[in-house]
Amino acid sequence: MADANRVDRPLSPHLTIYRIVWRPQITSFASMMHRITGNALPVAFILGVWWLLAAAIGPEAFATANWVATSWLGDLVFAFSLLAIWYHFFAGLRHLYFDAGHGLDLRTAELLGWGCVVGSVVLTALTLIII
Amino acid sequence: MRYITDRKRAVGKGSAKTGTEHYWAMHVSAVALAFMVPTFIYVFGSALGGTRDEVLATFSRPFPAILTGLVLVVAMRHFAKGATVMIEDYAQGSLRRGLIMFAISLSWVITATGLYALARIALGN
Repeated sequence: MADANRVDRPLSPHLTIYRIVWRPQITSFASMMHRITGNALPVAFILGVWWLLAAAIGPEAFATANWVATSWLGDLVFAFSLLAIWYHFFAGLRHLYFDAGHGLDLRTAELLGWGCVVGSVVLTALTLIII
Repeated sequence: MRYITDRKRAVGKGSAKTGTEHYWAMHVSAVALAFMVPTFIYVFGSALGGTRDEVLATFSRPFPAILTGLVLVVAMRHFAKGATVMIEDYAQGSLRRGLIMFAISLSWVITATGLYALARIALGN
């Protein structure tokens, strides 16, 4: 029995079992986006932490970091990260709801998937207006 | 008949070997972040684009400083554990272990750098 643990276990056939191009399902799409957004967010954290560290160190360091953080590239990174964090926020709440045993019938699950997409776009727009 | 030793069955932690520890840690940090992140977005977004003096003034106040510190620590722990699951889904063997080490290290570098910056700002350079 001890030998069984040394076998190279197969990976589960995750992404390949879903339709991605032709009529994608909102439920699997929502799940993939949750993973992508979550794992992309450190990019914004790296930029943000560099900017904060530069502010702490001195005027010259801040001038460089602030120039990058507020350049078109910085704006692009933070704007997409804002969308990503709001999406991850809603999709995370959706997972907590699912894990509590609710909303697992097809209609509700699909509705919640759309809710994450629409909610994140609306709140990103709202945040950009307020800030 | 179950192909499992009595000791394994008594410990009862399954193939993950840590039971529901990972799942629970993700839940706790997810709920904490759900409460903190909206306010943090407002604080950070408002500070971004200001002059250095304005940025220092913002992050030397207790609330923005403590909130930013908390978000950094909790979000990076949440990321390290989430990224680990993703890597386990797509990679095997040494590559898997290497990538997991990289994700955990990256999360700690971001956390430590951010906390150092916050401390230096709070203590007036």
